[in-house]
Amino acid sequence: MDLVNALVALLNFVVIPATAYGAQLALGALGVTLIYGILRFSNFAHGDTMAFGAMATILVTWVLQGAGISFGPLPTALLALPVGIVAAAALLLATDKVVYRFYRRQRVTPVILVIVSMGVMFIYNGLVRFIIGPDDQSFGDGARFIINARQFRDMTGLSEPLAFKTSQGITIVTAVIVVAILFWFLNHTRTGKSMRAFSDNEDLALLSGINPDRVVKITWIIVAALATVAGVLYGLDKSFHPFTYFQLLLPVFAAAIVGGLGSPLGAIVGGFVIAYSEVTVTYAFKKVANYVLPENLEIDSLAQLLSTDYKFAVSFAILVIVLLFRPTGLFRGKAV
Amino acid sequence: MSISAKNIGLFAVVFGLILLTGFMQSWNVALGIINMGLISAVMALGVNMQWGYAGLFNIGVMGFVALGGLGAVIVSMPPVNEAWAAGGLRLIFALVAGAATIVAAVFAWKRLPRGAVRTLGMLAILVVGFFVYRGLFDPAVEAIERVNPASTGYLGGLGLPILISWPIGGLLAAGAAWIVGKTALGLRSDYLAIATLGIAEIIIAVLKNEDWLSRGVKNVIGLPRPVPYEIDLQQNENFINWMTTWGYDPVIASSITVKLAYAGLFLVVLLVLLWLAQAALSSPWGRMMRAIRDNETAAEAMGKNVTKRHLQIFIIGSAVCGLAGAMMTTLDGQLTPGSYQPLRFTFLVWVMVIVGGSGNNFGAVLGGFLIWFLWVQVEPVGRWLMDTVTAGLADGSALKAHLVGSAAHMRLLTMGLILLIVLRFSPRGLIPER
Repeated sequence: MDLVNALVALLNFVVIPATAYGAQLALGALGVTLIYGILRFSNFAHGDTMAFGAMATILVTWVLQGAGISFGPLPTALLALPVGIVAAAALLLATDKVVYRFYRRQRVTPVILVIVSMGVMFIYNGLVRFIIGPDDQSFGDGARFIINARQFRDMTGLSEPLAFKTSQGITIVTAVIVVAILFWFLNHTRTGKSMRAFSDNEDLALLSGINPDRVVKITWIIVAALATVAGVLYGLDKSFHPFTYFQLLLPVFAAAIVGGLGSPLGAIVGGFVIAYSEVTVTYAFKKVANYVLPENLEIDSLAQLLSTDYKFAVSFAILVIVLLFRPTGLFRGKAV
Repeated sequence: MSISAKNIGLFAVVFGLILLTGFMQSWNVALGIINMGLISAVMALGVNMQWGYAGLFNIGVMGFVALGGLGAVIVSMPPVNEAWAAGGLRLIFALVAGAATIVAAVFAWKRLPRGAVRTLGMLAILVVGFFVYRGLFDPAVEAIERVNPASTGYLGGLGLPILISWPIGGLLAAGAAWIVGKTALGLRSDYLAIATLGIAEIIIAVLKNEDWLSRGVKNVIGLPRPVPYEIDLQQNENFINWMTTWGYDPVIASSITVKLAYAGLFLVVLLVLLWLAQAALSSPWGRMMRAIRDNETAAEAMGKNVTKRHLQIFIIGSAVCGLAGAMMTTLDGQLTPGSYQPLRFTFLVWVMVIVGGSGNNFGAVLGGFLIWFLWVQVEPVGRWLMDTVTAGLADGSALKAHLVGSAAHMRLLTMGLILLIVLRFSPRGLIPER
């Protein structure tokens, strides 16, 4: 029986990766939920928006790296992030002007906008592959670990190693900062309040003199920022591969729906619910169990509920369970 | 110009384009486009039933197509007796136990009185059932996958003629659609979309990872064919004599004959389906479906069971997609789970339906041919375009190499543009619903 080592193993393989992944999902889901609340449709191009923002950041990172500029122990990509956000915002605003505005004026049903966003998804996807290619790109630099396995062992003398990657630390810190700014913006500024009013009741908001075009514009800019940050953090933590961003669409949407579409707080909770379930269900608990169990009871099997290839099934199952028992999500989203 | 003349003209243009391919590139390419075009048209018909007739937003087409492909494997491949002996029965027993667990849990949820007992009871059934299932399932799978993993390592199929697999593939897809529909229909349209997207990914994950069923990423190759093999034709005296008297090269003629034979089979399926779909659309049932699509509340007030009808059309449409999937796997002669991509198998079919004209079966068929033709031809055209654009750049420059190399990704860009342009300027498609 060795509870400390069991806890360290759990921390190393479940808690830290799931928290980082959850933060990435939460940022993605916040973008989806904001578009749903204010523009009133499910944006299927969101995964590819994340890919585009990340791609723009990577290109700038390469330029910076080429010029010999670095950010000390932190990845250079963080310096390039603002440029990536501007690029993504420009793309989204242009798309809105050329594509979405026409349908908004016509007041089409939401499902038509979803199909339109499918077309936009194709274009973004093609654009990203066209510019950077369909392959893996690595762009992380700086220190790889905040604490690596050896340091931890020397520090504590435990047999179980623990590694805390810089990318995971940055993900968590950045996500906290971004979410704090977003909530401050939504709750305390005039523009943020007008956005919430617009989301709650469009007609009433228009009557009180809120400029809908401005609200929509600001929403797209915020969404671009959220998507780019989420995309870059995911790319730093795992790796940048255009197709994985498309596949992120499912867990991101699951997070947004589980939390309640249109509810920012729900998106964050949903992101962590999905991430923790994915990681726990697909983690092989053999090591942890063998630390906790008495020696004569040690198990041989992996004690893994599902193989990692089925992580989609986990987000899907959670989604279905929540929809069956609480159709508006955990935080009472809106139902259009 | 009357409407039907315009429609005939549109079909004539598409087939003219394909004929042009035959003259300018090769008849093999043209027939390849026709064969996949026929399959795409069947898929588009299936999606059109769901979206055009009933307004159901299914973006899990890929999953149903892949299930159809699995159907082709299960029906046509010879059974691997050794694997069956090693763990076949145990595996079936495990699957039955798994299914029984779910049925028992649902039963408990429905029958027990509300409260903590019900929740705990259901959870207990699920947890115990899961461990029993894994306990039976894992050793059986291990035994099966150990049987000659390089060439089999799976249970094989039934060894029946592959044509039987087409309806079976449809049935498999229909079964999956029933499960999805039971849980997700009745929820909002966006939720159905996400649910179908999820189920498609899960089906592909199952095909990729359950080696006992489909050999996973090791692929099942060499499926039996419903038509003769090229090599047999090339060795057939009569065939060589015919072709030489008509002045054709027997080698090229053999591959064209095989493709024509496939085209004939697919055409029969498409025509039968089209006839059925048209008959259904103009029947009272079709009118009811459109009434439900246009105003659910009013239809419900008239005593129509909206959820039930939605479930019905969802299953039928998915079955048609499964049929198309079985046809496609038959044409390819192999099942490669790694090649199923949502952009190609779900969203492209959607582009076909929207561009062709949702709600109109002929529109869906036209869209199937047209979009497939473009999907195939955009790549060479893109390459040519890039070569022209970069002609002024110095050879060996990085930009030129990058641009020429990226030409392959023009496809997605083009498809997105086509979809957006059609949605904007002709939202009802090329052949609109009446």
